[in-house]
Amino acid sequence: MTSASTASTASTASQGLAGTTHEPDDTGHFGPYGGRFMPEALIAAVDEVAAEYDKARHDPAFLAELDRLQRDYAGRPSPVTDARRLSEHAGGARILLKREDLNHTGSHKINNVLGQALLTRRMGKKRVIAETGAGQHGVATATAAALMGLECMVYMGEVDTERQALNVARMRLLGAEVVPVTTGSRTLKDALNEAYRDWVSTVGHTHYILGTAAGPHPFPMMVRDFHRVIGLEAREQVLEAYGRLPDVVTACVGGGSNAIGIFHPFLDDAGVRLVGFEAAGDGVDTGRHAASITGGSPGALHGAMSYLLQDADGQTLETHSISAGLDYPGVGPEHAFLADTGRATYEPVTDAEAMEAFRLLCRTEGIIPAIESAHAIAGALRLGRELGPDATILVNLSGRGDKDVDTAARWFGVVDPESLPTEEPLPAADADGAAASGEREL
Amino acid sequence: MTTSADAERSGAGASTLTGVDRLGELFGTTRAEGRAALIGYLPAGYPTVKGSLGLLTQTLDAGADLVEVGLPYSDPVLDGPVIQHAVDAALKAGVRVRDTLEVVEQLSARGGRAVVMTYWNPVLRYGVDAFARDLANAGGLGVITPDLVPDEAAGWLAAADREGLAPIFLVAPSSTDERIAATAAATRGFLYVASTMGVTGARDAVSDAAAGLVSRTRTHTDLPLGVGLGVRNGAQAGEVAGFADGVIVGSALVSAAEHGRATVARLTTELAAGVRGQHTGR
Repeated sequence: MTSASTASTASTASQGLAGTTHEPDDTGHFGPYGGRFMPEALIAAVDEVAAEYDKARHDPAFLAELDRLQRDYAGRPSPVTDARRLSEHAGGARILLKREDLNHTGSHKINNVLGQALLTRRMGKKRVIAETGAGQHGVATATAAALMGLECMVYMGEVDTERQALNVARMRLLGAEVVPVTTGSRTLKDALNEAYRDWVSTVGHTHYILGTAAGPHPFPMMVRDFHRVIGLEAREQVLEAYGRLPDVVTACVGGGSNAIGIFHPFLDDAGVRLVGFEAAGDGVDTGRHAASITGGSPGALHGAMSYLLQDADGQTLETHSISAGLDYPGVGPEHAFLADTGRATYEPVTDAEAMEAFRLLCRTEGIIPAIESAHAIAGALRLGRELGPDATILVNLSGRGDKDVDTAARWFGVVDPESLPTEEPLPAADADGAAASGEREL
Repeated sequence: MTTSADAERSGAGASTLTGVDRLGELFGTTRAEGRAALIGYLPAGYPTVKGSLGLLTQTLDAGADLVEVGLPYSDPVLDGPVIQHAVDAALKAGVRVRDTLEVVEQLSARGGRAVVMTYWNPVLRYGVDAFARDLANAGGLGVITPDLVPDEAAGWLAAADREGLAPIFLVAPSSTDERIAATAAATRGFLYVASTMGVTGARDAVSDAAAGLVSRTRTHTDLPLGVGLGVRNGAQAGEVAGFADGVIVGSALVSAAEHGRATVARLTTELAAGVRGQHTGR
């Protein structure tokens, strides 16, 4: 369908850094969540990041360069598309798609990565590291590292390097070194552990480009700020095109970076509901899921207090989702806070619901979404049927689904699985968390 | 257990002493003897709960002054491959938080001194107050918290104080003087000085940063300083004992544990000789 709004807006990435009325305290607490639950050895490093970020956000030269890169390199602003044929499946509600899938590298991830890469340069560091699930935050980081001449090392669970060999190749083409992580469950959370272990040894010359709005302060705040441009643009675009704000803003939530980016500029709009959709995998009641808020409890993991999936002894549970980008046992602390205060609500979407939404968006709008983003589409369809034709629902389409062709083809049985690895044509990007879909036994 | 430990325990009237008191007593003794204390780490539940109790007992019998009982955790971000492997194995074998408390209780019942080394989330989940109470009841002396800094520890500091347990925090080469002072002010028993920027693991050479960090830290506190990360043999233990009050050995003991109690005993004996081979210089 045609885009109902122009792609031009007055909102820019740098405005996301201007400060808000919803800030954590000085040590990064959103209510009881956030903070710094991490080794003393890294406190100096996160203090340095916080101080440098504070300087950068007040430095006109930094802000101008961020805006220039987001415009000329990443392709911002991203348009808003009125999904009219999809709306027929959503009770007639107007479904507006914020097209983060059209950014360079194919997702919202580039917003944060460009900001942190610029910050790395300001700090005089020459090397960046990143964690990644199936390779997508890794691809974005490798991209920014190539652009800025930084050495780049990406930690990726061995399970994910095997099932996402193509993304490993992409990162290597971009000049990054990819390290398969063989500890623990050999997936995303273990890649995070390994990135922290690297950082504690190399912090003098290395910046850790964390891939989502989680981790120790200032990452949840800073990553959020780099992504606030999504909501700033969308709010302006929707107002301009429709003369009103949306009734609901939705996004998928893994770590929660795309969701906090689009939610945040709407926090003071009391009439706008904010709904995050978590990966329910086979269903929250089966135990095979990644819905940290819906099915988890408060605890400390990877640097912050937040909701997480843990057993009775506080050991981190293994997660399950068809979307590797949402396949993480924690969530950013500001989401935990928004959930407790009720300003945002979080609902589960199963693999099956997400894949049905994936199929619908492909067939009705000619858009192949990331499976992560398909969770938000599924949620919007559910909300539309509930709210009816008068409702306007803004969905963050956080990433494109080229990377998910293999998984989707297996799910729907449309292609001989043996032929898939050579058929995926485009660089991929994930929608949330730090990963992309991997194949599953379907 | 050694009879000397039993004698020391009963002679000191251990039942009326807190964990903080007993650590103070230990470092008072080692300082009087002109040596450093030997502190050995092994995780509970590796290779089994009973096996870990045997290995920790062996470590104490062969000359360790204090043991750190590791509480296995799924995401040990400050540990290198050797300890990761051991705690993974312990978790796969089904070790629980209460097993760690049980191991501490058994060691204490034999007169041994034990602190717990744990990442913070298992304690949060157990309940900070409940953990402090149960550990104190088990005879534990304190808790080393590699991913908890005093900034986030208000609840734990109150609970530890109530139970007489020592909250033992870490300082690192990257710590500013201001943070060293604040960390030391929150710490009881001894301060854990992480000698290198990195994860746990035996190293060929003691970090050059260790002695410098120890002397920098001494300008901020009179607490005993235990130096850890990288010590693997008697010579290194002797070197560290030259400037520290405690020598902490972890990964090397865990590696030895893979070969059984005799190997652990041999290494501990060597390390114990090391910490006695040189005066602390204080």
